[in-house]
Parts: sequence; structure tokens; C-alpha cells
Amino acid sequence: MRVLGIETSCDETGVAVHDGERGPLAHRLHSQVDAHAVYGGVVPELASRDHVRRLAPLVEAVLAEADTPRELLDGVAYTAGPGLVGALLVGATFGRSLAWALDIPAVGIHHMEGHLLAPFLEPDAPDFPFLALLVSGGHTQLVSVTGLGAYRTLGQSIDDAAGEAFDKTAKLLGLPYPGGPELARLAEGGDPSRFDFPRPLLGRPGLDFSFSGLKTAVLYAREETPADDSRDADIARCFEEAVVETLVAKCRRALRQTGHKALVVAGGVGANRRLREALQGMTEKEQVSLHFPRLEFCTDNGAMIAYAGHRRLAAGEGTDARIEVRARWPLDSLQPPTGDSAPLSA
Amino acid sequence: MSVLAIDTATEACSVALASEGRVWTRFEVAPREHARLCLPMIESVLAESGTHREDIEWIAFGRGPGAFTGVRVATGIAHGLALGLGVGLYPVSTLAALALRGIREEGADTLLCCLDARMGEVYWGVYRRDDVHQRDDKGQPRLLGEEQVLAPEAVSAPGVKLATALGVGRGWSAYSEDLRRALGDLPGSVQADRLPMAVDLLSIAEAQAASGKSPQSPEEAQPVYLRDRVVKEKPR
Repeated sequence: MRVLGIETSCDETGVAVHDGERGPLAHRLHSQVDAHAVYGGVVPELASRDHVRRLAPLVEAVLAEADTPRELLDGVAYTAGPGLVGALLVGATFGRSLAWALDIPAVGIHHMEGHLLAPFLEPDAPDFPFLALLVSGGHTQLVSVTGLGAYRTLGQSIDDAAGEAFDKTAKLLGLPYPGGPELARLAEGGDPSRFDFPRPLLGRPGLDFSFSGLKTAVLYAREETPADDSRDADIARCFEEAVVETLVAKCRRALRQTGHKALVVAGGVGANRRLREALQGMTEKEQVSLHFPRLEFCTDNGAMIAYAGHRRLAAGEGTDARIEVRARWPLDSLQPPTGDSAPLSA
Repeated sequence: MSVLAIDTATEACSVALASEGRVWTRFEVAPREHARLCLPMIESVLAESGTHREDIEWIAFGRGPGAFTGVRVATGIAHGLALGLGVGLYPVSTLAALALRGIREEGADTLLCCLDARMGEVYWGVYRRDDVHQRDDKGQPRLLGEEQVLAPEAVSAPGVKLATALGVGRGWSAYSEDLRRALGDLPGSVQADRLPMAVDLLSIAEAQAASGKSPQSPEEAQPVYLRDRVVKEKPR
């Protein structure tokens, strides 16, 4: 079965073709980051306009690269939420109508399910059940995954997402938007012992996160410390340490609590090198396997939507001709595919 | 030969299918329901007319101006259908469709089309009836000057005899007094409750096709928003 996947939930246009036997055949991403950078954040109307301009040519390019004439497609999957409604509608109207024209099934996919299943795009895919850490600019969540569509959120950020904290702290340090990766670069040369930033909620039981206080601590540290050659690099390093330590500690706690033997990390912050190293160390000690999708599948992409769509379509699920998207959509409300008889492994 | 038109640029969602000289239509005023309604409406005109989706030769869609999201719903659906069916597209102005409705229903020669653009502005287009005919209609709208987005008190209709002109579109109910002041008077008649209909888009696209204009690819067939200043704060 060959499925086209379309992702337009925020500011990246992602398109991919997934083949049930051969895996991802082609995937492309058009990022709008530069267009929004001048405004210091995503402008929803501009994002929607760009998706509409880019999507059809991107789909044609990906179909050509995958050597898949449209008649060879067996299904279409598109992100149906959560996200920016205007942006989601571009992918959903296009994808659903394309499937209708080809008389093949279509399915609307939960964006975070796409991230959760992204490790299955890799050769070292985990088995169910596993623990997933979703860390991006919009989400910080620990999810117990016991099967396709069987998700339980164990903890999440009660204020800023981890990626958001990275971006906001970068802004405080005068780094250009989106500042997360810039901040990580600056932190490379920093002294991890110079500032003692809080590890929010770490001392308390539970698996929730809070990152907004950390940002405030950074603000004060910068105001109170006279500028020297390494101040900002040291702040960046200590901030990163605080975030990484918090994430790793909560992952450890969740692994022990659930007894899951595999940890999957997804979302843009999953690209952070220090987080990867720290999780590597922790999971080795805990004797748990660690799974990262490759970097381009950590951030928003079409391949994960094509994969999730393939799993659901192969199990007989599909949406009718009414096109619907959802700005909000609790992950825990998802269900296994209707009429699922497929085995749980990839 | 069958041809299809869809429009979701305003509060109305409508489709029209022409096949073998006959036309089937659906029209519903349903704000924010367009994405849910549009494909089922197409299915229903295909079923009623006994047409197969593969018989569709080209698709016309309302490319704006209008509600941004609504314009993109029609565009996204049209792009997806075009790629899936391997057919071309005719993007048609929402204001021109409104003008043709005025010609078709009222036999007007001069049309002042006006849609509420929110933020204290209107979408504005002045049209005259041209003696180009599709099937047995009364002529086609020809744009005088340009389509504009502007404050209602800034509209103008140079060279137009207001007494014989027809005002069409909901801008006329939202900003009647401002428009009257800008023009010096109200047009001889006003149909403020009229919304664009896919059947008129279809007729305009048929006239374009008949005059030799080729349909476009999705990449070429893009929305026309008119309002391009969509961010309040300036770029930093």
C-alpha cells in the first residue's frame, strides 16, 4: 500500500510518500521559518498563504521523486489537528479532494501521533509498549504508548513548552528567531557551573513540567551579572543544563513508573545534542532502549503523517468526504483504527 | 463534456456542474461549514446528473476576493481535484461572479459590486455588461478599472450613470451611508443580499474557455486576496 502524507499544521509544508513494504520513498519539506523570522514568530495568515502556494508543486515533486504516478497511490493522509486552523485546512482540503478525485481512501491524522510513530520510519524501530517524550516548540509531553491509537499522557508542561522556553530564552539573550538552535550553539562554549538555575517541579512527585520560571531566572541572572566575554554563553549553557536535567529526570521517573523498556524521543528539541547524550547515559543505566528518529523526522515532516496514515488506512480506517480539522485535539482521545486487525509491529 | 465550478469565498458555499448543455447546482448559506459541505455537494450534483468524476474536463473556482480562509478552502479543493483528475483550473473573481448574477437576475448594464472586507474596508469592482454570451445568458461582465480593497468612503465609479446602475453585494448593507457619500448618491437599485454563486463562475469560465484562454495549473491558479497587509506590527 502506498500513501501520500501531507503536513501543514504550522509553518512547515511537508509532503511524503510511504510504501508499506519499502518504507519512505520520498519526502520534502518547505520551511517558512525565514518568512516569519522578521515578525519574531509565526503569523498564521502568512503561513496559510504560503502553504497554498507551495503545496501542489511540492506534491508533484515528491510523487515524481518517489516514481509514483498518482494512479499508483492507494491512500492520502493529512494532518487534521491540532494546529493552526487556517494552515491545517490547506492540507486537509487539498489531501481529501485529491483522494476523492482518485477514488481512494483518505484519513485525517493527529499531528502528535505522527511524531509518536516517527521512530517506526527507522530500522531500529521499537516494539509496543514504549514511553514517548514529545518535545517541541508547542509541546512537552510524556506519553505511554501501548499500541497504535492507545496513548495515555502521563505528564506535560503546565506553562511553556521546552522548545518555547528555548526560543524565549534565546530572545532574552538577543539571539535571532527561532532561537532554540542558536542558543544550543552559544551554550557549547559556556561554563555549566556558573549559574544555578532552578529545576522546576523536579523535587515534587508527578510527571508534569514547568519552564516559565526558568526563563525568569535567566532574565534576572542576565540583569544582575555585568556583561563579560562569556556571560551569555554561560547563561545559555546553564539554562540548557536545567532543561535537559529536568527532561531526563522525568523520563527516568516515567520509565520506572510504567516499566516500559523503550524510550522514544520526538519533536524538534529531540535534535538537541546535549539532550541526546544525557538520555543515552540515563537509558543505558536503566537498561532501556532509546530511539530517535533521524533529525529531519524529529521536526515537523510529511513522512510521519504518511506513515501514521498508512497504518490507519491499512487497518481499514478512512474519513468521508466532509473535510474537518481541529485546532485542539487531546491525544488521549485517539482510538485504535476502526476495524483494526493488523499486527502491532511495523 | 462536463465542467465544474465551486465557490466558498463568502458566507455561501456553492457548486455547479454543466453537462451536455444542462446545469446542476447546489447553494447553501453556511458560514464556516464550507469544508464540510463542498465535496458532498459535488458528489450530489454528479449523482443527480449521472456524471462520473473522470468526465470533468476543467474546474472553475472562486479565487477571491473574499474571506481569506474561505477563498483557500475553494482553492485547496480545486488544487486537489485538479491534480487527482489531471485537469486544469479557471480561477474566477468573486466580484465578477457577483456582477454576472446581477446581469442574469436583473438585466443590469452597469454593476457596482461590493463585499464587506472587514476592518472597515470593502472589496470593490465596477463592471459593465459585455455582449459575449454563454448558452442563453444575457451577457458577460467586463471589469472597468481594477478590483480594489479600500475604505467605503474612498470608492469611486468614474463615468458611471448611477441612476441606471445596480449595486450588488453585502457591502451595500454594511456601508450604505459611506458608499452613498463617496459616490454622491446611491445607485438606481441595490441588491445587498446577493452572494456569489458557482453557476455564474462556471459561465464566466466557459466564456474564457470559448475565447481560447487555456486552463491553469494549480501552481498558476492562486487566490487573489487584494489585502496583502495582514500583519499589524511592522517587521522587526
